[in-house]
Amino acid sequence: MEGCSKITEACPQLLDLIPREREWLVKRADERSSEEKKLELRLGPPGEEWSLRENAKNADDRERDESLLSLGYFSNGNQHTRKFSSPENLQPGSVWFNQQLSQQAKATPFLQFPSKTVTTRQSLPVMAKESSQPCCTKVVVDLQQSAEKKAFSPPAPANTAVVPSSSQKRTAPGSVVGWPPIRSSRKNLASSSSSKPVTDSQNESPNKKVASEKPVETCKKGMFVKINMDGVPIGRKVDLTAYDSYEKLSTVVDELFRGLLTAQRDSSAGGIMSEQEEEKAFMGVLDGSGEYTLVYEDNEGDRMLVGDVPWHMFVSMVKRLRVLKSSEVSALSLGSSKQGKESTDEMRRKNFAAKILF
Amino acid sequence: MSEDDDRSPPSDSVTTTDSCFSKTQTCTSGSTSGSGPSSVPEFQAPYPDQVLENVLENVLCFLTSRRDRNAASLVCRSWYRVEALTRSELFIGNCYALSPRRATSRFTRIRSVTLKGKPRFADFNLMPPTWGAYFAPWVSAMAKAYPWLEKLHLKRMTVTDDDLALLAESFSGFKELVLVCCDGFGTSGLAYVASKCRQLRVLDLIESEVSDDEVDWISCFPESEMCLESLIFDCVDCPINFDALERLVARSPSLRKLRLNRSVSIGQLHRLMVRAPQLTHLGTGSFRPSEDVAHGEQEPDYVSAFAACESLVCLSGFREIVPDYLPAIYPVCANLTSLNLSYANITAEQLRPIIRNCHKLQILWVLDSICDEGLQAVAATCKELHELRVFPIDACEDSEGPVSEVGLQAISEGCRKLQSILYFCQRMTNAAVIAMSKNCPDLVVFRLCIMGRHRPDHVTGEPMDEGFGAIVMNCKNLTRLAVSGLLTDRAFSYIGRYGKTVRTLSVAFAGDSDMGLNYVLEGCPRLQKLEIRDSPFGDAALLSGLHHYYNMRFLWMSSCKLTSGGCQQIARALPRLVVEVINDEADEDMGNFVDKLYMYRSLEGPRDDAPKVVSIL
Repeated sequence: MEGCSKITEACPQLLDLIPREREWLVKRADERSSEEKKLELRLGPPGEEWSLRENAKNADDRERDESLLSLGYFSNGNQHTRKFSSPENLQPGSVWFNQQLSQQAKATPFLQFPSKTVTTRQSLPVMAKESSQPCCTKVVVDLQQSAEKKAFSPPAPANTAVVPSSSQKRTAPGSVVGWPPIRSSRKNLASSSSSKPVTDSQNESPNKKVASEKPVETCKKGMFVKINMDGVPIGRKVDLTAYDSYEKLSTVVDELFRGLLTAQRDSSAGGIMSEQEEEKAFMGVLDGSGEYTLVYEDNEGDRMLVGDVPWHMFVSMVKRLRVLKSSEVSALSLGSSKQGKESTDEMRRKNFAAKILF
Repeated sequence: MSEDDDRSPPSDSVTTTDSCFSKTQTCTSGSTSGSGPSSVPEFQAPYPDQVLENVLENVLCFLTSRRDRNAASLVCRSWYRVEALTRSELFIGNCYALSPRRATSRFTRIRSVTLKGKPRFADFNLMPPTWGAYFAPWVSAMAKAYPWLEKLHLKRMTVTDDDLALLAESFSGFKELVLVCCDGFGTSGLAYVASKCRQLRVLDLIESEVSDDEVDWISCFPESEMCLESLIFDCVDCPINFDALERLVARSPSLRKLRLNRSVSIGQLHRLMVRAPQLTHLGTGSFRPSEDVAHGEQEPDYVSAFAACESLVCLSGFREIVPDYLPAIYPVCANLTSLNLSYANITAEQLRPIIRNCHKLQILWVLDSICDEGLQAVAATCKELHELRVFPIDACEDSEGPVSEVGLQAISEGCRKLQSILYFCQRMTNAAVIAMSKNCPDLVVFRLCIMGRHRPDHVTGEPMDEGFGAIVMNCKNLTRLAVSGLLTDRAFSYIGRYGKTVRTLSVAFAGDSDMGLNYVLEGCPRLQKLEIRDSPFGDAALLSGLHHYYNMRFLWMSSCKLTSGGCQQIARALPRLVVEVINDEADEDMGNFVDKLYMYRSLEGPRDDAPKVVSIL
């Protein structure tokens, strides 16, 4: 096509590291534009014919799929997380990558270029496992190595920019962040059952054939847990990873709700709460001696007193927190060691009632 | 009249003609158009300037379009001043383009504010969640400056419960709250608004993320009769107190728009419809029976309920539809102008009997589960259609998809009045796109998303250049364009050459070289919003747009070939441009290509609420 530059600096160069001379480009029978050919990077048994036409039999397509490792697409490290402000997030990203590959029985495994060091290390061994064809693996490894050798400088952006050809479409749908551009509330409609649409879906349904998989909501940055206080309509959130002990948590609870509590009391009692009274309200939140007690709901929906189990165990189990009036605590049958459980529904109904009356 | 009284702020020290001013206010109510300078007060001979200003006020208050007002304010100082005093609706397209203080000091009589925050790509998780667009500074400024504020329309802002609480406390006459694609708040905030805003007429939550604080906000509306006209909460993903809702509907005789969330079963819907047959807009909730309904139980007469809603023109919902119930809507089809089935996984067979009756339909949103056949049925009946959106049920990059160029072609032939289309598909041909450009010359919005990246015309194997070229060539009113598929620089040269009216352009995985972006930046004088991802445009292309960036609302480029050096150059050349660079990886060694660039004009310079990931050059 005229007007388009040939292989010049300006051309998108996924292929900085794979010069044409190397004959990576597999010859094709059908007509393709020279740009496409330039941009194309394929691996496969040499001499295999490619057809761009959609009306090529699907069976053929799929076979080709499985035997080929399409390079040239890879993701930004941030694809799986919403919060990607710190390098720690790379870890989960790679984990996702592994998960995805292990879940994809049939879908094409794809190679991730080593633009992000962590992913690189992960991807090499994984690719080796996943590839069914030795030649492909070897080629893959070669590419990886050559890539690293050549001090592959253009990182994720450049490469993602040049994803050529229709066969790339076989790559897993979860590979690109925000593509196709659908809001998360519209995803996973194939399974239109009563499952809640997850707000944090990141194209994470790995197997494109099974559209109903619910994306896993992974909170990479901190662990935010809702905390409500009886009588206060506004709930808050606390990041439990920021604390390492119950004392710190109770201090935070104190800070969060003290102001609200004061306002609440002011408006109802018409008086000003003295400092001592304020302090008293929150003291003893953990041991039941104060006016309020902290309870939590664990992952099984049971209500438990905060403080019974070691901190790290608590963090792994807690789903939400609640600050109750100590007088109410005894009325509810709390399971401090999995005894006397109350069903979650009952809890909710009680809460509803409490909230309606506020 | 009472409106004018509200409008006179106690702290009006802007002009010297205070006394004349308040008198003039009464003359500027919309009804009396004839009163000009003759109604100037008699107790003081007005200065000539005052007369002019009074005249201006009387005239300018009739200007409603903000573009007209912007133009008027540039005429001279006097016009600037008067325009600022008479503007009652404030539109801010980018909340960071100016500070709240600047807005409130220039415009003192505002009753309605529209505020937009994040760029659209934030919807697709391309922005860090802590990026910004906080409503807090705005609401605190407005609480002091506009105590008589009535309407607030926010889009893509982060709104907290505290913000909503402050809103509810500060604006006693507050009437309308519309939150589109917002987040950061929960049912607690809603509870505040419901209980404190006694004049509330509109509470619309559209595609927003509302966290479930387990607060029964529906019960927080006052028990007395309400002036509620619109209650839209279909995006609120938590259960509600249905009995309270039923009572609310019963005591809201003005209610016209009601969009329920999916916790409402079809049986509950029936109860509400019976109480509110005057509804014009209905979101049906789940449209399935609740789980505890026994099968043999007598089901209510849904058809009659729909038949009773004689004013119903807009139907949506169907969040978890059991298609057997769909025929219940037959009675209203003939009157429908808007139908949203974009959450309903139905087939062409299930759609056909419905759509066959929708002769007046103007807006249709569907899932591609209806396939090309379904679109053909739409094309056969909906001759008045001017907006169509086809969403994918399975958003992946497969080779097969239920809709294709066949559906697009059919629509173009049947719906000649089409103005806006959003079409997700897996395969497309230039021929169909060209046909649409010729059959539907009134197109204003053309957004085609071929989900497979870089996918060419699947019949000819050619890039999609010619198709999009035809669109910009033939559709003279086109203002919004989103391109996809395999595209070379040629497509962009077409856009630059013919897309003279294009204001919003979305590009993804397209183009060959810097020339592509260059064509657009040099060729499209009206371009306001440009969002590009994963395309090979570099610094040279970015620099070629220097002449235009001050005229744009924003430019977004992610995963392109920009270097921080290039971005620095822009920042240096254009001091009034805020150039934000977001690099997700702390890995500096992996080349100096910028992950994400978001730049926008601003009167304030770099903002101070940016998270660490964002560096402002």
